[in-house]
Amino acid sequence: MSIINLDHISAAPILPEVQEAMSKAIKTNYGNPSSQHKIGDKASEALETARESVARLINAAIPKEVVFTSGGTESVNHAIKGVAFAHADKGNHIVTSNIEHNVVLRSLRRLKMMDYQVTSVPVDEYGRVNPDHVAKAIRDETILVSIMHSNNEIGTIQPIEEISQITREKKVLFHTDAVDSVGVVPIDVQKLGVDLLSFASNPYYGPTGVGGLYIRRGVKVWPILDGGVQENNKRAGSENLIGIIGMGVAAELALRDLDSRLTHVKHLREKLLQELPNYLSEYYINGHPEKCLPNLVSISIKYIEGESVVLMLDEEDFAVSTRSACAAGALQASHVLLSIGRDFADAQGTMVVTFGVDNTEEDILRFLKTLQEAVQTLREISPLYTQSRKAQAAQA
Amino acid sequence: MEEIAMYSKTVMEHFKSPKNVGVLDDADGVGELGNPLCGDMMTIYLKIEDEHIKDIKFQTFGCGAAIAVSSMLTEIAKGKSLEEAKKITNKDVAEALEGLPKNKLHCSNLGADALQMAIKDYEDRRAGKPKEKDDSQEEQEQTHSDKCYCPYCDTEIPEGTTFCRGCSLEV
Repeated sequence: MSIINLDHISAAPILPEVQEAMSKAIKTNYGNPSSQHKIGDKASEALETARESVARLINAAIPKEVVFTSGGTESVNHAIKGVAFAHADKGNHIVTSNIEHNVVLRSLRRLKMMDYQVTSVPVDEYGRVNPDHVAKAIRDETILVSIMHSNNEIGTIQPIEEISQITREKKVLFHTDAVDSVGVVPIDVQKLGVDLLSFASNPYYGPTGVGGLYIRRGVKVWPILDGGVQENNKRAGSENLIGIIGMGVAAELALRDLDSRLTHVKHLREKLLQELPNYLSEYYINGHPEKCLPNLVSISIKYIEGESVVLMLDEEDFAVSTRSACAAGALQASHVLLSIGRDFADAQGTMVVTFGVDNTEEDILRFLKTLQEAVQTLREISPLYTQSRKAQAAQA
Repeated sequence: MEEIAMYSKTVMEHFKSPKNVGVLDDADGVGELGNPLCGDMMTIYLKIEDEHIKDIKFQTFGCGAAIAVSSMLTEIAKGKSLEEAKKITNKDVAEALEGLPKNKLHCSNLGADALQMAIKDYEDRRAGKPKEKDDSQEEQEQTHSDKCYCPYCDTEIPEGTTFCRGCSLEV
């Protein structure tokens, strides 16, 4: 039996059309887009075609607003540090939220070492930012607001349009980390009203190692990789052309198939949530019930730890992910789960399931059966479970 | 102590089919260590006869390594005299498991410490000493008194800080 991938947020398969385009390019289009000869021209043409496709996917006003990067991590680093450096003469204050991805947290921590100041706004029990809190956090020295579009651990989608009204009014730049949203849900940068938006290619079945940063025209951002004048002098280094060609084809397919993909994953998500109580007791579903990614379910399972669940499911050929401290290699529970009010033990027992085009309803039902057995086994080993049973018996 | 990148075959075997899981309701000694805040929690139950560990059971809340450590520890301790059992160290357990990934070595700290607590509990009970509430606190501090190193670059991390100057990682 082949492995069932319920961890698309970590890695999604590369679609056959994308594979084909990339294989063809490896053989016939190895050129450097910056070269002023025919080999370079051919490469440059493919690069700009891909840029047009990707720009259409996010509805950028002009293709030039898309800068190709090595993925979501570079895009976010570029957006945050690039704005901070370029606008250091105007101020040194940045506003963010408590549930950002580590790439935002750590980029900001690096800036704090360089005397930038950061205000982080809280979220509610569903992981939503209150735009009023953002408005109150903005001060004269504020140069940037960075709030993620969707959260990678709980799936909650933020009120980006409301926040962008505030940032526009206050003339502060607004970046959103949309790595887990672009190509998964409809994204229109003009409607969102953001100045910068980070995204990657793999969430919509393109290759890993390639991504993009949308920089609204006119917005000043310094490069963070210094060197040549590639990408309109925004990102030095010869472009990863093969990856970018794959990303372009994946963007075309995402635009074409977004509606049917949405229907498919929404159905799987609903099926899982509807069936879950028949297989599991004592758990929380994390994140906002409606304003959330359609392909993600975050479950905190009481009395057990996430990494052991992942390992047990892997033995049965189901791939899921967890954000328990142990699995992350850190010794601290997830800041996202603690921010929405989960306690340490429940945060440790959190599993993230993410669906994709390759999953079926049958996969979900088989998964639930396997999950039920894994949880039962682990609870029998768990002292927390024994304690809770004893407490319940004492009450009765 | 050997450090490995992924879980060894022995770790996976003990994780998949842990030995001596459970509770001994008539235990002669109980050791409870850790809390969910640290990520791991372990309870060891001992049945003692003729100063030997006649039976041993455990329950663990934690990752794959923590469960494998508990299982291996109980296998090593079973049947040993108390004097022998007192000599079992965290290192012995990690070695018997053919090593643990560097960032999981802290899991092995829990095992032998919980066993030593259970033995102490047995001896205290026999001496008619009332159970001290602070015991576990004391033991926990002992566990953490070792120097702390960054799991990624081995730089020593001063006590009370969570930031590694070597690689700028939050640990």
